[in-house]
Amino acid sequence: MVVFQKPKSLTDAELHYCPGCTHGIIHRLVAEAIDTLGVEGKTIGVAPVGCAVMAYNYFACDMVEAAHGRAPAVATGLKRSLPENVIFTYQGDGDLASIGMAETVHAATRNENITVIFVNNAIYGMTGGQMAPTSLPGQVTQTSPYGRDVTVAGYPIRVCEMLAKLDGPEFIARVAVNNVKNVKAAGKTILKAFQNQIEGKGFSLVEVVSSCPTNWGMTPVKALEWVENNMIPYYPLGVYKDRSAEVTEQ
Amino acid sequence: MSEKVLMKGNEAIAEAAIRAGCRHYFGYPITPQTELAAYMSKRMPKIGGVFLQAESEIAAINMVYGVAGTGKRVMTSSSSPGVSLKQEGISYIAGSDLPALIVNVQRGGPGLGGIQPSQSDYFQATKGGGHGDYHLIVLTPASVQEMADLTGLAFDLADKYRMPAMLLADGTTGQMMEPVALPEEAPVLIDKPWAVTGTGMARRHNIINSLYLQPDELEKMNFARFERYAEVEKNEVRYESFLTEDADIVIVAFGIAARVSKNAVVAARKEGIKAGLIRPITVWPFPKQALSDLANTAKGFISVELSMGQMIEDVRLSIHDRKPVRLCNRAGGMIPSPDEVLAAIRKMQEEV
Amino acid sequence: MTTEILIAGFGGQGVLFAGKFLAYKGLIEDRQVSWLPSYGPEMRGGTANCSVILSDDPVGSPIVSKPMILMAMNLPSLDKYENDVLPGGMIFVDSTLISRKVTRTDVKVFYIPSTQLAKDIGAPTLANMVMTGKVIRECADISDQNLEAALGKVVSARHADLKEINLKALQTGMEYAD
Repeated sequence: MVVFQKPKSLTDAELHYCPGCTHGIIHRLVAEAIDTLGVEGKTIGVAPVGCAVMAYNYFACDMVEAAHGRAPAVATGLKRSLPENVIFTYQGDGDLASIGMAETVHAATRNENITVIFVNNAIYGMTGGQMAPTSLPGQVTQTSPYGRDVTVAGYPIRVCEMLAKLDGPEFIARVAVNNVKNVKAAGKTILKAFQNQIEGKGFSLVEVVSSCPTNWGMTPVKALEWVENNMIPYYPLGVYKDRSAEVTEQ
Repeated sequence: MSEKVLMKGNEAIAEAAIRAGCRHYFGYPITPQTELAAYMSKRMPKIGGVFLQAESEIAAINMVYGVAGTGKRVMTSSSSPGVSLKQEGISYIAGSDLPALIVNVQRGGPGLGGIQPSQSDYFQATKGGGHGDYHLIVLTPASVQEMADLTGLAFDLADKYRMPAMLLADGTTGQMMEPVALPEEAPVLIDKPWAVTGTGMARRHNIINSLYLQPDELEKMNFARFERYAEVEKNEVRYESFLTEDADIVIVAFGIAARVSKNAVVAARKEGIKAGLIRPITVWPFPKQALSDLANTAKGFISVELSMGQMIEDVRLSIHDRKPVRLCNRAGGMIPSPDEVLAAIRKMQEEV
Repeated sequence: MTTEILIAGFGGQGVLFAGKFLAYKGLIEDRQVSWLPSYGPEMRGGTANCSVILSDDPVGSPIVSKPMILMAMNLPSLDKYENDVLPGGMIFVDSTLISRKVTRTDVKVFYIPSTQLAKDIGAPTLANMVMTGKVIRECADISDQNLEAALGKVVSARHADLKEINLKALQTGMEYAD
């Protein structure tokens, strides 16, 4: 009996992510959603610039590599060209919430019928651990060596709370992948974000609070604890906007 | 060809693009090209096409990148400052070997510059305005008829060579109205097996990408791309030659500058000066050979430009500085008059 | 034969429209034509001008820097362009709005109170077409044919009822004897 197997819509390529990184889990959740819905053959993914830059090698569906922050614009082009296909972006915090904020907000306000997976680990991983738009106040990074000073660097951006204020988007939710219970809930939420697109409901974004043991300078276990004790209090989990249902907060 | 109608250059581009099978347009308002976007916003919804006013030129070019990846004909248009913003996306499109059309209705610069016609984005267009080794096919219309004709050609060449093409127009050609016979709507669309359309579970996944972390792999991609560019240089050079056969003085000018220069050449001939005009229609690839051949017989060249002198470098390279090359230019949105060009011709006639 | 016309006035005086009309008339008559507007912020209430070229040969530069015909719809336009007109050329002056006389002596000058004439026929916004009528009458290279056909091209179908009053304005200008 098979108790666990790799989703079909992931390739056999070996992931390049660091040990203890949660990108692998999130890739799997996305692939499981694609498998569950049986849409691999008509799915096109958009990879970001950041740690997930080579996601195009890992997903078995057609893939496009976007410039830094531009994934929602690229996905807009894809979806407008191929409205019957399933289009998703997979972006990190620097990509989505810093350099690509305009593209994010405007794709959301147009209710562009795409699915956005937003991985928030509060740091620039690929370039070696610089301050991200979501780095916590006081968080030490390579470019905030004395801790994020909000009087200089400003405050972290809570993307879900901000986007939920817009009239446009269909579905905005935040999940985490720091324990089994949260991973399971994240999988369901990601599935819903894809399901929404197939049903033509519109822009569905799932923020996944994630860890970066390497650049946080922690063991994987410690990093997951840090998610629980520091990240989640600042970035509460829950559904922030669900136009087709009542808004519920956890 | 249909009956001639009077149209603005900007509108002629838009209609010609539609007739070339383009059903996706993304743009952001900027003078003096806005009529193009306005025309698309009217027409596209009626023919099942997509017009989207993007949040920025950056977003617009990346939407173009997305559609180009799906293999469909797609375009954006802007004017100089907006085209600067698009350079990142253009580099990615070139680096991913995608066809697309970018229209630049040039205005004076640098910076916010002005809104009057200019040709000072020549370097940006022909030398690769974004990062990395790449080229665009750059076509330079000099009439409203060419605004239409070269739009169709640009889509065809972009598809054929899997590279972005640019229509390098200016405020004058964009704003002016002239009679134009629009092409029939009969685009020749080629198969694009590389496009992302969904695997249909029938093939391995396609990837649209410009990232190659292994330097040897990236080098290979660059060499392969430049082999294609060599083909373009061999096959796709276009220019108009006007009274050059016996010319002592050859003007080189494109777009609106060529229109002005033609008047000056005619006037010079009336004075007994043997002047002629080479009008590059493609500035990349540049008509190097035509100029080099003329350097055997001509006594001198004058580059007439609406810039501080950009194309003149290509003129000098083309003839290997075998003959003197002078600049006759205006900048900032000013256009040289035929008299100014004639004066430059007379001056050179005395010198050579 | 080539006729280069510069039409200049305030934004809103129908300078561009008059130029379009002449260009379309040329197109209908199978001539080579070009129409080039000034563009930009000056159009919003400031001065506007357009260059029209009618020719039996291909049009070179579409920019009219030395017009054969200047239609000056306001004083700033006359001040700005009077000296550019070719010797032997023609200047048409809206004498309702411009009180000064043309100082050049090597051009033919027509003073026509086109704004007043337009008001008199109940079409105060059509001074442009009144003056255009006068130009048609005086310029040997522009025939008095195809007026309705050309109006049909420049007056949108939505405003087809305006064709008649435009035609009347043209005729008023054509009949005006200064």
